[in-house]
Amino acid sequence: MTVAFTLTEQGLRDLAEGAAVLGTGGGGDPHIGRLLVQQQLRAGREVRVIGVDELPGDALVVPSAMMGAPTVFIEKLPSGRGNIAALRALEARLGRAAAATMPTESGGLNSMIPLLLGAQLGLPVVDADGMGRAFPELQMETWNVYGVPGSPMAIASDHGDHCVIDTGQDNLLMERRARAMTVEMGGAAYICDYPMDAATVRRTSIPGTLTLAMKIGAALRRARQDHADPFERLTGALKDTIYSHGLVLFAGKVVDVERRTVAGFARGQVTLEGDAGRMTLTFQNEHLVARHGGRVAAIVPDLICTLNSETGAPVTTESLAYGQRLTVFAISTPALMRTPEALACFGPSAFGLPDPYVPVERLPLSAV
Amino acid sequence: MRVGIDVGGTHTDAVLMNADAVVATVKTPTTGDVTTGVVTALRRLLASSGARHDEVGAVMIGTTHFTNALVTGRGLARTAVVRLALPATAALPPTVGWPGRLVEAIRPSVHLCHGGVEFDGREISPLRPAELERVAEHLHDEDITTVAISSVFSPVSHDFEERAAALLLERLPRLHVSMSHEIGRIGLLERENATIVNACLRELAEEIVDAFTAALRAVGVDAPLYLSQNDGTLMDARYTRRYPVRTFASGPTNSMRGAAFLAGRADCAVVDIGGTTTDVGVLTGGYPRQATGEVDIGGVRTNFRMPDILSIGLGGGSRVVPGAPPRIGPDSVGYELTSRALVFGGEVLTATDLAVAGGLADIGDRGLVRGLDTHLVRDGIAEMATRVADRVDQMRTSPAPLPVVVVGGGGVLVPDVLPGGARIHRPEHHAVANAIGAAIGQIGGEVDRLYALTGERTREEVLEEARQEAVERSLAAGATAGSVEIVEMEEVHVPYLPGNAVRVRVRAVGDLHPAHDPAAGGPRGR
Repeated sequence: MTVAFTLTEQGLRDLAEGAAVLGTGGGGDPHIGRLLVQQQLRAGREVRVIGVDELPGDALVVPSAMMGAPTVFIEKLPSGRGNIAALRALEARLGRAAAATMPTESGGLNSMIPLLLGAQLGLPVVDADGMGRAFPELQMETWNVYGVPGSPMAIASDHGDHCVIDTGQDNLLMERRARAMTVEMGGAAYICDYPMDAATVRRTSIPGTLTLAMKIGAALRRARQDHADPFERLTGALKDTIYSHGLVLFAGKVVDVERRTVAGFARGQVTLEGDAGRMTLTFQNEHLVARHGGRVAAIVPDLICTLNSETGAPVTTESLAYGQRLTVFAISTPALMRTPEALACFGPSAFGLPDPYVPVERLPLSAV
Repeated sequence: MRVGIDVGGTHTDAVLMNADAVVATVKTPTTGDVTTGVVTALRRLLASSGARHDEVGAVMIGTTHFTNALVTGRGLARTAVVRLALPATAALPPTVGWPGRLVEAIRPSVHLCHGGVEFDGREISPLRPAELERVAEHLHDEDITTVAISSVFSPVSHDFEERAAALLLERLPRLHVSMSHEIGRIGLLERENATIVNACLRELAEEIVDAFTAALRAVGVDAPLYLSQNDGTLMDARYTRRYPVRTFASGPTNSMRGAAFLAGRADCAVVDIGGTTTDVGVLTGGYPRQATGEVDIGGVRTNFRMPDILSIGLGGGSRVVPGAPPRIGPDSVGYELTSRALVFGGEVLTATDLAVAGGLADIGDRGLVRGLDTHLVRDGIAEMATRVADRVDQMRTSPAPLPVVVVGGGGVLVPDVLPGGARIHRPEHHAVANAIGAAIGQIGGEVDRLYALTGERTREEVLEEARQEAVERSLAAGATAGSVEIVEMEEVHVPYLPGNAVRVRVRAVGDLHPAHDPAAGGPRGR
């Protein structure tokens, strides 16, 4: 259970690095997001992170995120108006004020956006999210899996103009409509979706994912300070969390990277060679499946992270290149993400993979 | 004939080249004032070669002056920053994340204005001339003479930067304007940072170029002056006054290119082993591969093009701690090698001692390392070779074998064949590879831009447009028509955007035009 705390600059740096690990190769670099929040902290504002239990069951929680291309985001930096406009528009539609915000996606850049909103408006940020990692689409949320409508959602541009999208119970349609609006708004927009009460947050979210990211980031930082093995430290940091299994699947050198763009997604495959033979990772923005000798070693929604073998620093699928020395580190997802309903939404078949889902801790490499 | 000069921190090296032949080389100490060291080097070079002054067709200089100015914070001008973006970007103003000492040195005057475009070229908001008039007034009142202008997605459309520059110059004709689309690539903060660095160096650039010009005149050499850029190409004096930031890291680039040239290789890895560190870089078609990510210059995060170099703490002075395997470096006796290494009668076991004991080198007194444990010597030499081979391997971009050129004082540390089978080339004259790299410079042009592929514009049309523009840019910078080739072309699709956006990067390079007169033609800009 989260004990409420105020985020420090060091905590923010740890959170950003941990969020990049949880991004499993995608989700966008949290760097600019971190700078945005850091600016707020230096201007004397505060980010208050709370456990969902601190809210009364009927309190309104409104998640906040950016939608679109991180490449656009690093060029058209935020005005700081779009995210507020999206929240206000949704509050107006619902006729209620939000008691707190929270991340939709704790992996990558979107871990930072609710922190920004929280600092700007003095709104507490709930330590939980709807996937505990990064996924590419709005319906890929535990909230969707467990019956929470994403609608009504609000989407706003940097100008502060906005619109409300209401697709009823159809969260996939909401994704399509919002994606089109994102392109119209210049390829990056700010959204508030899945408004819900605190009781629903408790029932359908992955708890503690912001503190989890901080823990991961701190473990990597301390490993560097102590000249210790970052992967042992990671495994240790995860042990007593709901992401209980963190393990090295493979260590080796990138010998091949193949990419293609399909319908806005960067798909591809990377092959590593090492003492234990070859490992192939298939990605679509994020890593989806790791294969060793043709057999599945880890598969979505379990987390497959590519980390620099020396420093443990996360490496995104965009920056994969021949010759890099990488360690493939897998992390088990919590039980809430492994039910049949959850797997139908963001398991292997949702990404067109033919393989069945098998928890990473039960696959052969985890015994190595 | 061409003269290449490398003004380093301690030495100024110079070479005289006739076509591809090295005619003469000299090494002199660098002096505190810019002119004297260059004058001395030039005089000695001409005297030792017997060449006449009028036989010198061009003088190419590589210098670390601008890098040093940024690192020390000295010689930087007070700088204004105009960003055309509102309402976007307001949450992250310019110079965010800069080290405090640099902010104090340039005391930035920051102005956020309306303007900028989306990734597909649509306007974010129209330009507001009144805003720029107020900026001009402020610059006038504060006596600020240099400005960096950035605009959202200026690598897609630089119209806003050009219009803002024109408006400011109308009011302040002597203003030094640096525009971000001419400096960096996608990534507003990083591109803007590089532009601000350029802007704060403009006044220093005037001084340095004037000093080099005066040095040539003092020696009586009446040939055009060029400066080395960090991508291995040259810029003329006028261009240097506008883009001093392009000289950053030209030293390692010149060194790599010079080494590859001496070894007769266009595609190779270059390993430069010094006293404390080893730098590994890769050349393709004679040019160093560029780093793709962010590069830190003097504590400022930029996405400015820089050579991709991997450094490790291994050099001739590296300390050796026996063990299995022996630990070599990163601590080093550095310049004290000749007093502290065992072979020089010192008390520290260094990498050089292992090389001498193992018969790879004959330095100092071999008798002083005769007693070293043979296993330690063998394992230590193997460890050094493995680490170098590993780094070379890490820098390769394909499984194809890559020749390895080794230069630098510590080059004796590695055997003739690396683990994995790569054979090593050790070219002559490698002590002045920097100056040779400067002398063999060519002229280049680059485009790095995001394109939206629509029904009206196909991928082929977009690529052709980018190629054309890179060629035009190299011609404008003084390349000979007909000699220009595309040396690099990269196409990256942008994820999470269904709009088929593609980022295209093209580099064109050609031979220096003999008749290129920096005073008459020259590239666009102010």
